[in-house]
Amino acid sequence: MEKLTELRNAAADPYAYAKKYKEESGKKVVGYFCSYAPEELIYAAGALPLRMFGTNEGIHLADTHLQSYCCSLVRGILEEALSNRLNFIDGVIFPHTCDSFQRLSDIWRLNITQQFHLDVVLPVKLDTPSAKQYFIDVLEKLRKDLGKVWGINITDAMFTGAVKTYNQIRKLMMRLYEIRSQRPGVISGRDFHSVIKAAMTMERDSFVKALTEIVGELEKAGNGKLKPGTKRLVLTGSVCSHPDIYDIIENSGSVVVWDDLCTGSRYFEGIIDEAAPPLAAIARRYFSRGICPAKHAGLTDRGENLIRMVKERKADGVVFLLLKFCDPHAFDYPYIKEILEAQNIPCMLLDMEEQLPSGGQLQTRFETFTQIL
Amino acid sequence: MKKSISDFLKMVLIFLAGKFKKFTMRFKKSKTMKDYMMVYYSDAKSARLTRKKVAWITSGGPVEPLIAMNVIPIYPENHGAMIGASKMGGGLCETAEAMGYSADLCSYARSDIACATVNGGPIGGLPKPDMLVCCNNICGTVLKWYEVQARYFNVPLFILDTPFCHTDYTKEAAKYVRAQFDEYITFLEEVCKKKFDFERLKEVGHLSHQGQLLWQAVLDTATNKPSPMSAFDAFYHLALIVTLRGTKDVIDYYTQLVAYMKSRIARGIGAVPNEKYRLLWDNIPIWHRTRWLSEKFASHNACLVADTYTTAWCGALKYIDENRFLDSAAEAHARIYLNIGIDEMAKMVLAMIDKYDVDGFVLHSNRSCKPYSFGQLDIQSIVEKERGIPCLMLESDMTDERIFSESQISTRIDAFMEIIKERKGKA
Repeated sequence: MEKLTELRNAAADPYAYAKKYKEESGKKVVGYFCSYAPEELIYAAGALPLRMFGTNEGIHLADTHLQSYCCSLVRGILEEALSNRLNFIDGVIFPHTCDSFQRLSDIWRLNITQQFHLDVVLPVKLDTPSAKQYFIDVLEKLRKDLGKVWGINITDAMFTGAVKTYNQIRKLMMRLYEIRSQRPGVISGRDFHSVIKAAMTMERDSFVKALTEIVGELEKAGNGKLKPGTKRLVLTGSVCSHPDIYDIIENSGSVVVWDDLCTGSRYFEGIIDEAAPPLAAIARRYFSRGICPAKHAGLTDRGENLIRMVKERKADGVVFLLLKFCDPHAFDYPYIKEILEAQNIPCMLLDMEEQLPSGGQLQTRFETFTQIL
Repeated sequence: MKKSISDFLKMVLIFLAGKFKKFTMRFKKSKTMKDYMMVYYSDAKSARLTRKKVAWITSGGPVEPLIAMNVIPIYPENHGAMIGASKMGGGLCETAEAMGYSADLCSYARSDIACATVNGGPIGGLPKPDMLVCCNNICGTVLKWYEVQARYFNVPLFILDTPFCHTDYTKEAAKYVRAQFDEYITFLEEVCKKKFDFERLKEVGHLSHQGQLLWQAVLDTATNKPSPMSAFDAFYHLALIVTLRGTKDVIDYYTQLVAYMKSRIARGIGAVPNEKYRLLWDNIPIWHRTRWLSEKFASHNACLVADTYTTAWCGALKYIDENRFLDSAAEAHARIYLNIGIDEMAKMVLAMIDKYDVDGFVLHSNRSCKPYSFGQLDIQSIVEKERGIPCLMLESDMTDERIFSESQISTRIDAFMEIIKERKGKA
């Protein structure tokens, strides 16, 4: 699959991709940090939204701003900015999520001054009418702020194309999830991870083209090679930026069939109503998709959502990926574990630091987990 | 059955003890913090007997509507401080860790979550809540913590969502927060099954405002040289403005306290007998080590005269307008010290450095409190650049006494004080 190579390359080095794109197109690049960034607005304004993943290695500049008990995602992103690796981007958009990102935004604003910096302070509650209205108001403010930065007027008409593109991406991604859930051997976890990363990196219309082709080929492809007795897993957590995990899971006799990740289904879920006023429609999608634990939409919705996911996808177990020092997920873990156990769904906790535990050790843990499924 | 009878009898005893204390307090000239806290907790612990409702509320949350509805507010964070001060945090945190809560989570939350299941801690657990009120103006942690407790106690949870003010309090946020104050009142009416009394809220709002002004007056006495009180005294006396804000007790207690501090000033008595150096403290106290730290600094003739933590309970005074209580409360709650950008926080720190005329800045890098601690390194750089005073960052935790290295911290304080002495000697 030629198109898959294109995606793999973009995912392997998103900065190189974005720099080249910028040079060739003369367009702007805007960095963002999580799936609550209303990318459609950035894209509608004619810029490329580029997700920041940070680095897992050699964090030392960030140490002068953030203590050691800050998660490696936040520290790694700051490290890249301070080491001038992000000088090519034109600006950043910080959606409000957790306490650590909240302070990263402040530190960024005070120390990385050559780019524009916009805070998108979204509501934390996503289950009340006033929060819904506030969400729309914040998007309206972002539209004005972005317009001011670039001296343009971002009109409703400009959203039409962007919303269409994003809907296409989400529909295609959901189709890819379905295919993979039905025939997990059809695409490797590592490649699947590349597709997701490319979706947050590539010029979105080029991505739609490539993905259309890939999905088309996968529809026709056979079942792929998968050993009988392979166990089906659901991943849950925040960001998974370790493609090695997929290899290790697959080598230990399991396969990932769905996920509840920020770099996963939470990013792709939900379609924007193309007939409705654009900002209200964009906001509405955030109220219907799975939430980040830093947000609130009821006391049990995250657990119930996960159980529904496991049942619908006929999964055998859940792997809880917990990034060290990630408070929102760490607070949810005991509850998630408890309700999964009540449903007799086995669950494994994988603590992740900057670096994964050594391959052998991790493989043994997954093999042990696979055996009990 | 037997257990419920003994629980009931216990409650009656607590109730009677509280009533007796209240009665005897009438004849006491000066009432102590212990008196007030005993009456407060006995009222709360016998709430079922008196058919009062109990609400657990975050320290930065709007308590005035609860008081107006005759609901007893309980502060798990104040409880966390008590747990820390009695050095019970480590044990309770371990219990929470065994329940699956990561050791990297907030130690107030961990010890409170554990305490609810074992009824442990210094006061045998908190009275069960009828409702939870969570205002996220202090952190995102309280949201997760209160979700856990709402599931555990199976009671309604109200979330007051105060959008973070990185650079300003936007008109969008103002509208959203104000609307939630109305939702809060509706929530209280539903849980309490009675109409909200807006007249009573006016009185409570007035008392709350007066209480905060008096708390500011207490802290202001520390501008005197020598300072009649230290931040360690403020940590202790803080309990009332946190727990009983909006009641007459706060007014009585702090009026008495201001008079006491002024009399010390008149007599030239300082909190540290031979005050030579004045310091500013940042972040939540290290509750399990307040005495040790106080003595340690005093041994260098240094007094921690002020701190950013206790100042937070009067830091939003400029936004409060008694006559527009709900409107101004919305802004005052959204713009408190922990809900603003670090450049804004640094400005307040600089103002305190000038106001209290301090020689050094001590920052507690608190593993439990990310929104308070992340950004401290930048604030420290700003202070060093703008005021050129020495800064010291101490790594510890507010409640978990397992995270404290006495020898290391002692050495660092000694070295820091040497720098201050040298600089002041030259000046």
